[in-house]
Amino acid sequence: MTPNGMLLIAVYFAVVLMLAKPIGVHMAKVFEGRRTLLHPIFRPLEVLTYKLTGVDETAEQRWTHYTFALIAFSAFSFLFVYFLQRLQGLSPFNPQEFAATNVPPDLAFNTAVSFVTNTNWQAYSGESTLSYFVQMMALTVQNFASAAVGIAVAIALVRGFARQQVTTIGNFWVDLTRAVLYILLPISIVAALFFCSQGVLQNFHAYTHVTTLEGATQIIPQGPVASQEAIKMLGTNGGGFFGANSAHPFENPTPLTNLVQIVLIFLIPAGLTYTFGVMVGDRRQGWVIFSACSVMFLAGVLVCYGAEQKGNPVLSKLGIETAATPGQPGGNMEGKETRFGIAASALFATVTTDASCGAVNGMHDSFTPLGGLVPLFNIQTGEVIFGGTGAGLYGILLYAILAVFIAGLMVGRTPEYIGKKIGQKEVKMAMIALLSTAFSILVFSAISSIVSFPSPGKGATGQPVARSYWNPPGPAAANVANSGAHGFSEILYAYTSGAGNNGSAFGGINVNTPWYNLTIGLAMLIGRFLFLIPLLAAAGSLAAKKRTPTSAGTLPTHGPMFVGLLVGTVLLVGALTFFPALALGPIVEQFLMNQGKLFSFLLFPILGV
Amino acid sequence: MMATTAQMPAPIQTPSLLPQKLRRSRPLFDPEILRRATKDSFLKLNPLKLAKNPVMFVVEVGAALVTLFFLRDAIAGRGLLGFKFQISLWLWITVLFANFAEAMAEARGKAQADALRKTKTDAVAKRFFAGGQIEIVPASQLRVGDVVLAEAGDLIPGDGEVVDGIATVDESVITGESAPVIRESGGDRSAVTGGTKVLSDHIRIRITSNPGETFLDRMIALVEGAERQKTPNEIALNILIAGLTLIFLLAVATLHPFALYSVRSAGTGAVPTIAVLVSLLVCLIPTTIGGLLSAIGIAGMDRVMQDNVLAMSGKAVEASGDINTLLLDKTGTITLGNRQAVELIPFAGIDELELADAAQLSSLADETPEGRSIVVLSKEKYGLRGRQVADHEAQFIPFSAYTRMSGVNIDGRTLRKGASQAIESFVRDLGGVIPKSFQETADRISRMGGTPLAVADGSKLLGIVHLKDIVKGGMKERIAQLRAMGIRSVMITGDNPLTAAAIAAEAGVDDFLAQATPADKLEYIKREQAEGRLVAMTGDGTNDAPALAQADVGLAMNTGTMAAKEAGNMVDLDSNPTKLVEVVAIGKQLLITRGALTTFSIANDVAKYFAIIPAMFMATYPALAQFNIMGLHTPRSAVLAAVIFNALIIIALVPLALRGVKYRPIGAAALLRRNILIYGIGGIIAPFPGIWAIDQLLALLHLA
Amino acid sequence: MLKHFGPAFRMTLFLTILTGLIYPVVITGICQVLFKDKADGSLILRDGRVIGSQLIGQSFTRARYFQPRPSAAGNDGYDATASQGSNVGPTSLKLFERVKTAAEQFRKENPQFRGAIPADALAASGSGLDPEISMANAEAQSARVAAARRIAVDQVRALVTRNIEKRRFGFLGEPRVNVLELNLALDRQWPVR
Repeated sequence: MTPNGMLLIAVYFAVVLMLAKPIGVHMAKVFEGRRTLLHPIFRPLEVLTYKLTGVDETAEQRWTHYTFALIAFSAFSFLFVYFLQRLQGLSPFNPQEFAATNVPPDLAFNTAVSFVTNTNWQAYSGESTLSYFVQMMALTVQNFASAAVGIAVAIALVRGFARQQVTTIGNFWVDLTRAVLYILLPISIVAALFFCSQGVLQNFHAYTHVTTLEGATQIIPQGPVASQEAIKMLGTNGGGFFGANSAHPFENPTPLTNLVQIVLIFLIPAGLTYTFGVMVGDRRQGWVIFSACSVMFLAGVLVCYGAEQKGNPVLSKLGIETAATPGQPGGNMEGKETRFGIAASALFATVTTDASCGAVNGMHDSFTPLGGLVPLFNIQTGEVIFGGTGAGLYGILLYAILAVFIAGLMVGRTPEYIGKKIGQKEVKMAMIALLSTAFSILVFSAISSIVSFPSPGKGATGQPVARSYWNPPGPAAANVANSGAHGFSEILYAYTSGAGNNGSAFGGINVNTPWYNLTIGLAMLIGRFLFLIPLLAAAGSLAAKKRTPTSAGTLPTHGPMFVGLLVGTVLLVGALTFFPALALGPIVEQFLMNQGKLFSFLLFPILGV
Repeated sequence: MMATTAQMPAPIQTPSLLPQKLRRSRPLFDPEILRRATKDSFLKLNPLKLAKNPVMFVVEVGAALVTLFFLRDAIAGRGLLGFKFQISLWLWITVLFANFAEAMAEARGKAQADALRKTKTDAVAKRFFAGGQIEIVPASQLRVGDVVLAEAGDLIPGDGEVVDGIATVDESVITGESAPVIRESGGDRSAVTGGTKVLSDHIRIRITSNPGETFLDRMIALVEGAERQKTPNEIALNILIAGLTLIFLLAVATLHPFALYSVRSAGTGAVPTIAVLVSLLVCLIPTTIGGLLSAIGIAGMDRVMQDNVLAMSGKAVEASGDINTLLLDKTGTITLGNRQAVELIPFAGIDELELADAAQLSSLADETPEGRSIVVLSKEKYGLRGRQVADHEAQFIPFSAYTRMSGVNIDGRTLRKGASQAIESFVRDLGGVIPKSFQETADRISRMGGTPLAVADGSKLLGIVHLKDIVKGGMKERIAQLRAMGIRSVMITGDNPLTAAAIAAEAGVDDFLAQATPADKLEYIKREQAEGRLVAMTGDGTNDAPALAQADVGLAMNTGTMAAKEAGNMVDLDSNPTKLVEVVAIGKQLLITRGALTTFSIANDVAKYFAIIPAMFMATYPALAQFNIMGLHTPRSAVLAAVIFNALIIIALVPLALRGVKYRPIGAAALLRRNILIYGIGGIIAPFPGIWAIDQLLALLHLA
Repeated sequence: MLKHFGPAFRMTLFLTILTGLIYPVVITGICQVLFKDKADGSLILRDGRVIGSQLIGQSFTRARYFQPRPSAAGNDGYDATASQGSNVGPTSLKLFERVKTAAEQFRKENPQFRGAIPADALAASGSGLDPEISMANAEAQSARVAAARRIAVDQVRALVTRNIEKRRFGFLGEPRVNVLELNLALDRQWPVR
């Protein structure tokens, strides 16, 4: 680890810390319906929105109706995205004339689910699959919409704590509209212009054919990238315009844009911790969440950075420099960009999985096992380290509920958080949310580890067997690009990323088959809606409760003790759930790598080097 | 205020703050209880019963599964039988240990219930029927509204209200207190309980509850735990541990396919057997808390019972741990209940001796502690001997709530003493003058927490007796303790605000409610609750009933009326109002014990992973041996050691579950830090040496 | 539930038009005015013909050119329509063998080079389109390029030094050299007939 790398991390953290309060205050104002600096411009647009969509701004909703509205909106969003893809052959803004055949139903389903659930898992490569029209009208829209839905749910849950003895938790349509108009859109406009000024594309041209210096032909892609890039980071969506995502020089051309991109990832999630403090009337509560996130973030980034900078001992035997020198970054550069080097890549990988972003500026698949374990475990703990836009806050509040419930008993009172008694309903909802994620990660990974598809030919009883539609013949696990423990990590990461609505990948695995498209799609749906609906139910039950005033007998949730408790709960729950799986993936691979053991590609046995 | 003290005769009160306990408390491991519990722990293996406890049910299913596989392999003559046998044995032992914990807690209650039940059998009733004749019927035939006669030596056949007569009653079967109490018609002492015994005189009783619904029946059901319903927090905790069990079930079930993949890709090793997978599952699911949870709840109720408090539900005990505000009656709770005369203040021109004489004379017939203290003060300070009133033409005027004064008409003098306003109007009516210093002196005494008692001789106002409330010793420390627990104490008194403020300051309470009527009390409780606080109070009178019902925890005194007992959710058999503090502590202890064992249970899992995971995959990935930081001998000894540790920890923690984790009123933050250190960090560390030691022993004994 | 369908449909439509059409079109308009060159891909012209983009790496195999990092984009590398990394894991024999072969080739092509090979030189980039190499990588290739162009190695080194992109604000990113720009500069200074 170099002083320069550490400085980058420190500066990054300082910027996030400085921005958390102003953006947090702004969001609190927006959702409490107070006037902000943006009102002169966006208030008329907000009023127009309600007029056009027939929404009553003043009507409050119970949690059930809030949820119904959310589901209805997500359902229509899904249909829009699905059919826009399937009809892309007819669309304008399609200079490359990409056809609907590029997007078969299983892929269109997967992609639609992916963008509606804020996952942005991409089984396709953007530059060779989708028209500009689909990228804008389907994907960019959902980058806004799914992020706004996340923020709305978080705010609804915060209202559950802030309000007392009421039946309603806000109005979904109003929260959605305000999140887009006052938060996502203004910041995206500024960020998009900045990105473009640094070299990110923004045009509707056809791809440029060039003859290179050595006389070869190269086709340089074009498109409206900057406008999507801004919201892709800000909304913690992470779906790249191009296959290589933020590693692509047209998406993330310089170290400066790189810094801005990761700041954008944490901007809203970090701000929301402050918003939480403001809305519940005790800013210390917000800072506690912020601190817990910070501790986990810093620990994660240091482990990841350390592992990546240490590099791959197997390769250093071949005479490769793994130590950093003034002229080159050293470490494990496989899958990383020269301009970013080790520190910025490890930082990006940590941040993008702390949050549910999933954009990548380096290929996680080629990280060292320990370096890759950090992103994987980050997602498995529920992406609560600042987390996704809104999703991070409601995720960590779930852990706060659990921490308070388990440890809070030890002060001899029915556990309370923000003055609300944590009872059966809250615990039940938290457990459902936790279980649904664990279920979709573990069960789908387990099935794909062992399921096998028949080869065409004669079956056991002699009847003809057709080629399976779902996957190429043989084990589904054969879709991995690396054998052995690493191949298992690829499968595990795929479902982890889907269930966690992250979208990053150990990208070697071929997931563009109906089997993976369907199962990962289901994992994304479960991870999103069976996580978010229980929390809305908890919001409803919390809002109905009285707020107990604090006393010397109340569990204090505003000090370092609670930070430790919260961090401990997140890590322990995550570790206990996923340790067996991780032991057979990245953990054993790290031990093997240190011992210089390799997996041959074709056959499975471990080789010594 | 004088109203209560003037009531005759004074009830026989429990003499001290530390009541003589019922014979109910037995040593924790009484041999009879042990025997009973051991038997029950086998009966509880019935899967239908065990299904209520998801964690232990999973363990039982696992044990059955491993046993089946063991039998199958034994028949087929396959290897590793010793290992599989030991695993299945220890899994069954795990279930038995958990059953034993619950059975232990229940057995104590059942033994008590048996003792109570004996008093119930073959009681007969002397029932009046039309025409005033008496018929002898079995107690079980009595219905609400029947009137029965109970004479000296009779067992009272059912719960009821005295409609006529006065009698001394032995209630020791209920309270454990051998001193008899007086029961009489009318007022707050009219309730009698079935199963208690009349010692002298006779009373007529109107029966107020049907057979099977009497206080004794309820008490038996309560101590036996037959009607035990899970409390809200217990249900929530059950949801949590059931959820965790499901999560671990997922983690272990999916480990099989993951292992299959790994074995294939490494090309070596074997997939873990069912015995090993079940072992891992049982070690991971929270068996410690799952096995002890219901024992903790039952034992908590039992501890309340040992304090001679009958809690009508576990919910009430749990709620008492959450109390924010405690309403304490001043008289009898904060103060000794009888005020003492400490000073005589004559008005200008009145001789001190004259005042003392008048005060003493007017109090001669006054048997209240206040009255006696005036006689004593006059004697000691002014040398006035108590006189025989019989020597004079004396007519004593008893206290009445209407006149609010008492006195004597003697030798043509009308001596009166009483509340200052009452005497003031008495003197005025007779055309007397009120000295200017009167109000001033009365106020001064009030401000000091005393009660001014004016003394008049006809139209002449003589002076004021200063009656002082004596705050009970140790009260201030108790209140401070409550504050450290986060509980606000509020003093309720009928006194005027000035008096109340002074006593409040002396006792150190946080707030007080002066000149409180029952309606004020109810109002105060509602206001506190509206602000989100939980309120506890004690009460005994019928007019306390609404407030007792409204309060989150209402502790009724056993000496109180039936209405009060029914309104509250706890009855203190010792009728000691400060008992609430103990109940609060027990409620807190109950929650702390649950939290501590849950935390401990989950924290334990870390070490178990370190023991079992490398053992499982030693052949497939020898590199995982780096996780074997305990240096366990073989994969089999590692798995076995973890399972044995997991079982032993349950039985090791039974005493803690039954006694409860000690509660210290040191504030939530300090308490949390302490308990996290012991049960959280300790829970992570403890299993490492434990499993290591068991592994050493297994190797030594060649068991694995 | 049903009563939410109306607003849901209208809201989806409204947001699609606002954020899917108006927003990107307006941004495109502004960018085309303010940052036309960047917005169109930072294309580099030589003799009036586009020969590539400053930001997109292209393949160089000849000894007289500095060579970029290994690329996994497309079959032959540097296929800008198929950006991707190699996605080989750290314990993959495939990675080991690829690096081993590449290391041998690197040493063969750069016989003057001694010491450990710079980390980026044999590692495939994340995008497969990395336009840049590390300073040490450029230094390692300088002697070969100088020999191929029959010029002094110091001249090449000087050119490399002039083309170094330093860390932004002194700490952001890694110091590096843009391969296409460096090779263009080489051709400009020492044209090959």
